[in-house]
Amino acid sequence: MKIKEKLMKGIFLLASTVSILAVILICIFLFANGIPAIKEIGLSEFLLEKDWRPVGNPPTFGILPMIMGSIYVTAGAIIIGVPIGVLTAVFMAKYCPPWLYRYLKPAINLLAGIPSVVYGFFGLVIIVPYIMKVSGGTGTSMLAASILLGIMILPTIIGVSESAIKAVPMSYYEGSVALGASHERSIFFTVLPAAKSGIMTAIVLGIGRAIGETMAVIMVAGNQPRMPKGLLKGVRTLTANIVIEMGYAGELHRDALIATGVVLFVFILIINLLLSLLKRGLD
Amino acid sequence: MKHINRVSIKQKVKGYIKSPLSFFLFIMVMLAALCSIGVFLYLTGYIMIKGIPNISLSLFEWEYNTENVSLMPALINTILITIFSLMISTPIGVFSAIFLVEYSKSSNRFIKIIRLATETLSGIPSIVYGLFGMLFFTTTLKWGMSLLSGAFTLSIMILPLIMRTTEEALKAVPDTYREGSYGLGAGKLRTLFKIVLPLAMPGILAGIILGIGRIVGESAALIYTAGSLPKVPSGSDFLFGSTRTLAVHMYALSSEGLYIDQTYATAVVLFIIVILINWISGLLAKKLSRL
Repeated sequence: MKIKEKLMKGIFLLASTVSILAVILICIFLFANGIPAIKEIGLSEFLLEKDWRPVGNPPTFGILPMIMGSIYVTAGAIIIGVPIGVLTAVFMAKYCPPWLYRYLKPAINLLAGIPSVVYGFFGLVIIVPYIMKVSGGTGTSMLAASILLGIMILPTIIGVSESAIKAVPMSYYEGSVALGASHERSIFFTVLPAAKSGIMTAIVLGIGRAIGETMAVIMVAGNQPRMPKGLLKGVRTLTANIVIEMGYAGELHRDALIATGVVLFVFILIINLLLSLLKRGLD
Repeated sequence: MKHINRVSIKQKVKGYIKSPLSFFLFIMVMLAALCSIGVFLYLTGYIMIKGIPNISLSLFEWEYNTENVSLMPALINTILITIFSLMISTPIGVFSAIFLVEYSKSSNRFIKIIRLATETLSGIPSIVYGLFGMLFFTTTLKWGMSLLSGAFTLSIMILPLIMRTTEEALKAVPDTYREGSYGLGAGKLRTLFKIVLPLAMPGILAGIILGIGRIVGESAALIYTAGSLPKVPSGSDFLFGSTRTLAVHMYALSSEGLYIDQTYATAVVLFIIVILINWISGLLAKKLSRL
């Protein structure tokens, strides 16, 4: 009996080391394949060169356009998604009548579950033609990608902000109302500041989701590998760069794409670090 | 929410006239909510209306060809990959959650490392998993672009999800149940398998089903690990044949741009599967919360 208990404990322990092992393996394989390529190209050239011409002669591997593309598109998504998301969270926590909440909450959860290809397709058949009609051009653009990503991060932002707002003790609100402040003033000037770190967490999670999104962005962003030229021009993100070219990449080109993945991975690690700092702030 | 300051509409209007800022904020909140609801209705409505009329029997024929653009092989592949991924990640995920909740104190340093690892894993975007899967499973282990590579890649991807939901389900089982079981003379393992796990089962299942949802919707992690051949691998290639899941199929169709009607229909099928999965998961989670 004793042996069985010990054995099972060992198995449980072993299982829990798998996640650590997975992280280590992911780091090793990405860095081992990416770092040599970065060395060969040169770190400053790789990160700061404005030309991505992997099959040119001589080939140049500068991923600055893609880094800027990712940053711009993510910033656009945040500008669109955060105000709408946080205000919707306020609505759900403080305004929404119960009968509506019963439908709204599952609807938001459902939005979170929709596959990114379906979002991408939606963007391709709705957002892109609309932008094309209003402004001319091809429609596949930074704006289209930003709007689509803004929609895609809504459920994350709404869900996390809502629980942050609901976690603020009711007495804050009551105290403010008792002092004569209106419903809105009480919410925006006492409850929201108290929920600040939760809302920040929501935003950082949103950034993480937006910067890592791949398929939906590929379908609407245009994917031209050049410095972003404007809202209505096409951009290519880091994620798109990997998926689009990996299919036919040879030797150094392939390693440069993996190095692109390494840069993306480092971005995500920084975001994760921010998140854990925020969480520490919460405790 | 409970109204502690119930006011009549007339008073409300008066208040807003006195304080334009409040009124502005009120309008902004309402606009944002309308926006979110509108986006949801538009997205679901548009895809349903455009897609449902295009669903036809030929979409569900066994073999894919350019004439019927059948999604059946992709659907079967999706189910296969889901089963394989779950076979790998469910035991690992559930066991490690058991270790975290039942066998260790949270102050332990090792536990902190595990938590850090799972948090890192859950933040990694799917394309990075795809790259890793391509480098490790398809290239280093020489499995090629195959069902197996795809399943292993996805099983790492959903591991943190299953771990977290199982942990929450285990924590939701009140300690009195464990104490009662120990009091009757049962050992730790027996208590775990006869008392705690059955009670936590709805929550664990809810997590697994959420994992299925992620697998079904995943595309970026699969393109360079499972490949994109639109047929079910058979015979000796079964585990090592290139496959295309429904989400990858959908991506392929929409980037080819030739079969727009079928793409709508495929989107609806994918969408309905995801809705069903979420719904079932929600039901199970509700069952757990009644504990």
